[in-house]
Amino acid sequence: MCHSNKPERTMKNLKYIYLVIFLAFTGCSNDEFLNREPTDILGGDQVWANDDLVFSVMADLYNRLPDYQGLENWWEYASFDETFASNAGDYWRHQNQEYGYGDWGMWDYGLIRDLNLFIQKCEVATEISTESKTRFLAEAKFIRAMVYFEHVKRMGGVPLILEPLEYDYSGDPTYLQYPRAKEHEVYDFVIAEMEAVKDDLPNGSTRSRATKGAALALISRAALYAGSIANYGQLTPEVSLPGGEVGIPAAMAAGYYAAALKASEEVIALGTYELYDQDPNKSENYSNIFLNKSSNNEIIMAKDFLVQGRTHGFTIDNIPRSLREENTSGGKMNPSLNLIQSYELLDNTFAELPTMDASGNPLYYDDPMDIFAGRDPRLLGTVIVPGSSFRGKEVDIWAGYKLEDGSVISSGQLGGQAQLPGSDTSVQVVGFDGPIDQLEWSAQNGFYLRKYVDTSVGSGQRGTGSAVWLVRFRYAEILLNAAEAAYELDQLEKAAEYMNQVRRRAGFPIDLTPGEIDFDRIVHERKVELAFENHILWDKKRWRLAHRIWNGVTTDLTNNPGNALAVSTRVFGLKPFKYYEPGSPNNGKWLFEEFVPAPVFNAHRFRLGNYYSWIGDNVRNNNPKIVRNPNQ
Amino acid sequence: MGIAASLVSCNYDNYEEPSFQLDGRIVYQGEPIGVSYNDVYIELWESGWQRLGNIGVAVDQDGSYSSLLFKGDYKMIIPNNQGPFRKITNDQSGNDTIPVNLTGSRTMDIEVMPYYMIRNTNISSGNSQVTATFDLEQIITGDDAKDIQEVFLYVSKTSFVDNRTSIANTTIGVEDLELSSISLAVTIPEIVPTQNYVYARIGVRIDGVEDMIFSEIVKVDL
Repeated sequence: MCHSNKPERTMKNLKYIYLVIFLAFTGCSNDEFLNREPTDILGGDQVWANDDLVFSVMADLYNRLPDYQGLENWWEYASFDETFASNAGDYWRHQNQEYGYGDWGMWDYGLIRDLNLFIQKCEVATEISTESKTRFLAEAKFIRAMVYFEHVKRMGGVPLILEPLEYDYSGDPTYLQYPRAKEHEVYDFVIAEMEAVKDDLPNGSTRSRATKGAALALISRAALYAGSIANYGQLTPEVSLPGGEVGIPAAMAAGYYAAALKASEEVIALGTYELYDQDPNKSENYSNIFLNKSSNNEIIMAKDFLVQGRTHGFTIDNIPRSLREENTSGGKMNPSLNLIQSYELLDNTFAELPTMDASGNPLYYDDPMDIFAGRDPRLLGTVIVPGSSFRGKEVDIWAGYKLEDGSVISSGQLGGQAQLPGSDTSVQVVGFDGPIDQLEWSAQNGFYLRKYVDTSVGSGQRGTGSAVWLVRFRYAEILLNAAEAAYELDQLEKAAEYMNQVRRRAGFPIDLTPGEIDFDRIVHERKVELAFENHILWDKKRWRLAHRIWNGVTTDLTNNPGNALAVSTRVFGLKPFKYYEPGSPNNGKWLFEEFVPAPVFNAHRFRLGNYYSWIGDNVRNNNPKIVRNPNQ
Repeated sequence: MGIAASLVSCNYDNYEEPSFQLDGRIVYQGEPIGVSYNDVYIELWESGWQRLGNIGVAVDQDGSYSSLLFKGDYKMIIPNNQGPFRKITNDQSGNDTIPVNLTGSRTMDIEVMPYYMIRNTNISSGNSQVTATFDLEQIITGDDAKDIQEVFLYVSKTSFVDNRTSIANTTIGVEDLELSSISLAVTIPEIVPTQNYVYARIGVRIDGVEDMIFSEIVKVDL
């Protein structure tokens, strides 16, 4: 039918054509039609006329600060030897033959451009008060310095671009191609910039925004890194470039250590910050450093959550399996035995966990927690060990019954049942939290993480999530930075005093003497105090320890946890067993066995080319002045 | 229909796959230089493209490499600090870049200057031990000379033999080292499942050089 009426269709089409022509001539009679203000975005002039709007732009910049390891990307914690990833999707972290050259790389000039634009516009803004302007400028410079610091610690020297670059469409972009700055020039920039703006920032009053304390903390950390690269970089002369883009001259070490010490002491002198010390139980006190957001003067800067209802899923991912609030996930981070045995005894000595006596017979314990007794209280504040409690409920971590002949009765199911010899009733033979080989989302290596895992009910649910903040700078780190800088400057009295402040708070009854402060002590104290705080990689890199301790060789757990050079390429676990031999005095007691979780079958190998990450071919194609990083 | 389309539709615009094989070995005076697998890379660059990117070619354990390529002019480089050797200036380019004009399959050995060579290697077994005797010859002397840090004997279950895969190894440090008639012996641990052979070779770690130099891999019957 519809094919027949050709003329009518043409007529109909013509009508539309006329209508369009008519509209085209009449519709735009009002010129304002094309000049309307957009209703869904704000223009630059509008933003820069109002403090609140500028602040919301600033909030976006804060939000884009990168964290290599953090609460929103727990899996990166499992890349080294701090924790086993009890999550099948992350087993590869324990199976790789080497770290990729591109790992933890970064080249974010989009963010740097946005910061430069913000700074440029802020400098010429006339509609906001001088007071707000000064603070906004200082904050933007703080964020920019943080971003450059983030680049330099991953990539070495990068081009220092301090104003927004505009392309002139001439077809020749070479004037936009900047070479890499020297590594020390980027550190110098960060330090000088923070010295310049620190007094424009408020002292305290906020932990989410830049403060004087945060600016000084950044100097403290950056100068310490630069000092140690200058100092320990001498151990790896191959890790350098002739143009200085990688590597810092050894002669500069003392200057940087002095700058780190000075900035740290300025933070101390502010009087705004102190070590958190409110709970009589030192382990609880340590956990609460990260959980207490209301009365906590230790935190200098944090990425806060529950701002506009934003939360994260760290607790969903890491809450003990038997306590989880969802029907999935949980227990993904299992802190390694490597880390756990690093916590000292209370008399300041190191020891492995005593699982066997001198002749190789197992030691029997009445309570599973006895094997961890007498250690640094920070251990139980960081890790949930077998027999300990979380949210008031005891976790159920045990691998099975061990019989007299050494055989094990266990089950492949959490809390699974089986019959013990000489009995015809089934009893529980493995914990509701594991460990069971290859069973993800439970204590597969015998431990759970406590640090940063939220104790408030509901934080383990997807609908609510956890509002625990991610600490970026805290006072204890500043004290340890000061201790390390002082140690490197041969001021051992000072080094001991700063380190002892942290250790006293941790619960050590006996101070270290200045004579006891050595490199191993510095390395060790940061390892345990700052575990799971995004320090491990950067610390091991700047000390040039990474290629020595993660050397790719399949090595047993060290017998000397206090040794900074101990090779630690695989993550170990600990299986608690109940002993079953009716009539024996040891019946029902606990014994322990070290083991390597089944998914761990390759050794971490950090190559010299991993010290500074791979710069992508796309970057070097766009800018041939960028030189490659060494040993790749 | 979809399956049919997917089977026929890709006929037109595809290139033929590369068919020219470039292969060869890293050598010193014609003798191959053993390295560890996936650790030493050669880069092939082809100019004329809008964007530069290299074809990475891994050097195998016996010092050999191979790559299937299109016809073209390539520049071959060994990146700095790769391998237990120094590069040699190429006659044609006047620097360490090796021009490769590929018009057909071709075998090309790459001459380099190793710091040391492992000579007269003899690896044998007996009394559940693997024993190796060998000499070391220092090739680079003078200003660029480097000391030996450690010498290893590695034993593996498979033909991948280095510190990542060895089931047993033994070592001597530089302080006890004479360059000639070196002898190393290592006890073979119990192998599960049982096998009546192992693979072994010598590895030398040179001070300040990341990649070790290795002798040829030897299969030893137990």
